[in-house]
Amino acid sequence: MSSTKFILGLFDDPDLMMDGIDNLRKNSVPIYDVYTPMPIHGLEAKLGVKDSRLGYAAFCFGLLGGITAFTLIYYTLVHDWPMNIGGKPNFAIPDFVPFVFEWTILFTAFGMVATFFYSTHLFPGRAPRVMDLRATDDRFVIAINAKGNVPHDDITKLLKDAGAVEVKHNDRKYVSYE
Amino acid sequence: MASHSESIIREPLVTGDNITYARVTNEVLFPVENKPNTAWWIGFTIAFLGALLWVFSISWTFWFGLGEWGLNKTVGWAWDITGFVWWVGIGHAGTLISAVLLLFRQNWRNSINRSAEAMTIFAVICAATYILGHMGRPWLAYWCLPLPNQYGSLWVNFNSALVMDVFAISTYFSVSLVFWYTGLLPDIAAIRDRAKGLRRRIYSVLSFGWTGSLKTWQRFETVSLILAGIATPLVLSVHTIVSFDFATSLEPGWHTTIFPPYFVAGAIFSGFAMVQTLLLVTRKVLGLENYITMFHIESMNRIILLTGNIVAFAYISEFFIAYYSGVEYEQYTFLNRFTGPYWWAGCMMYGCNILMTQLMWFKKVRVNIPISWALSIIVNIGMWFERFVIIVVSLHRDFLPSSWAMFYPTVVDVSVFIGSIGVFFTLFLLFIRVLPSIAIAEVKLLLKSSSEQSKKKILASGHVDPEQAEFYKQSLTSYDSVELADYE
Repeated sequence: MSSTKFILGLFDDPDLMMDGIDNLRKNSVPIYDVYTPMPIHGLEAKLGVKDSRLGYAAFCFGLLGGITAFTLIYYTLVHDWPMNIGGKPNFAIPDFVPFVFEWTILFTAFGMVATFFYSTHLFPGRAPRVMDLRATDDRFVIAINAKGNVPHDDITKLLKDAGAVEVKHNDRKYVSYE
Repeated sequence: MASHSESIIREPLVTGDNITYARVTNEVLFPVENKPNTAWWIGFTIAFLGALLWVFSISWTFWFGLGEWGLNKTVGWAWDITGFVWWVGIGHAGTLISAVLLLFRQNWRNSINRSAEAMTIFAVICAATYILGHMGRPWLAYWCLPLPNQYGSLWVNFNSALVMDVFAISTYFSVSLVFWYTGLLPDIAAIRDRAKGLRRRIYSVLSFGWTGSLKTWQRFETVSLILAGIATPLVLSVHTIVSFDFATSLEPGWHTTIFPPYFVAGAIFSGFAMVQTLLLVTRKVLGLENYITMFHIESMNRIILLTGNIVAFAYISEFFIAYYSGVEYEQYTFLNRFTGPYWWAGCMMYGCNILMTQLMWFKKVRVNIPISWALSIIVNIGMWFERFVIIVVSLHRDFLPSSWAMFYPTVVDVSVFIGSIGVFFTLFLLFIRVLPSIAIAEVKLLLKSSSEQSKKKILASGHVDPEQAEFYKQSLTSYDSVELADYE
């Protein structure tokens, strides 16, 4: 039994990496994840990742922000302490618009980004779970879970055939821990 | 798809041969990973002295009160609000570049959005200092917020444009910050993965554990798109609301319905000028000519020309409406801009913003770096005078001639203004030392589609209409970062 935990196919070109993914999928090798220094368009469709639902979260937060602002202004200006300003109406909806708008945007932005951080497990101080340090620089990395995916040499060959510049057999899942 | 290549007739967005992904990382991170050069130290020293001047003069203001400024009973708003509107306006270009140009899929934004967004944040910080500064008692700044208090509760007046401003500016600042920082995460991770020791730990914390996995990128792109979508109306709303500070009053010269679009156009105008001022120097000092190319410079100049003419149109409408309204106070205010004691301020405003901008119609001017740089400074001076004219020149002639007065800035007024420029440049210079000044990941996206080397490949393949190839070569002649000999 080899001690390899993960097989990494390192490509220096996103198109070759796409070929590598095709090669692996033709041979029914499941892909654990793909790490790239930039977003690769079309990759999520190829790997069958569903569209992100963050837009729904953004909408809900926006709605919440708008309602919060409207309620706050209604409560303060109309209900709690109505002020007589030149006999003008207290419940002047046009004056509400800028506040409702601003807080809709504010809540959308913060709510959506917080949801993004939560769902992607990003927060300050989180130990980076990096499989290859050059994945943020110039390497496009396909990670394959070595467990159950044998023989490793065949996977290596599939990746090499697609143009991988290097194939790593890592004994550790993440290289970033000291 | 990453392999998609663009039409040959489009100008390259990244120039130079052998630009690899690694080289992009190396070149952009060079100032972050190495000791700063002399030019940086000189700039930083001057900027930091300016920032110290700001600390001194604002402390002076807080200690002795607003009486230290040149304000009087007639001109109760002057350099503080001028500075505030000027800085907020400058900030607008960053959001415009990062949000509006993203929605329009303008790929040239990729190499300038990072520093422009940073500029937005620093400019809004400078603007916010004026808000706090002009309160006189800044420790009571929380009175602007709708907080329950011991008066029963006496809430803030939500009918006031100034309270709208509090909400707009704070939202604008925090949303810009979130937008900027989220975009920075992949690049901070790139620094982290190359760093050692303490630096690595610091950037590790700052990177939030970014890995660049498939789902991270997918969500990141969704977040960027939605943030761009909401930041676009936000940026328009902010200067609209800033213009409400004036437009909702009854003061002749302020009481105009054209103010919101006029202010927004002016904001973008001055903001792009500031981006131009900063980037023309940054690209030279940091050696980023291959990423911020002549196409970027010319595109920004075109936007300056466009928005400058929108502003010019708004100026003309103001004059026409003053004449057409038949209101003599209104007419006097506008004539007074040329015939009153502040005629020179009016000339600076109209001269710098309308007349000088017309030079941008000539391509020779748009692609000339020293002239572009000088013009960008002139625009910023002109836009400062625009706010000065709107605020002080409208106020100094009261309805009652016995109240007519002049505004004379004191040393403290001038120091606060010069100091705020120092604060801005200190922050900007620190930024280019500790964070990548170009969005690395986004520039990498351009390499296969719109770089000069990819265009060369298309030319070499021979499947190009010769007329289009000639057009492409012609477009390169203005570039300062292209070896034209390669195309002979």
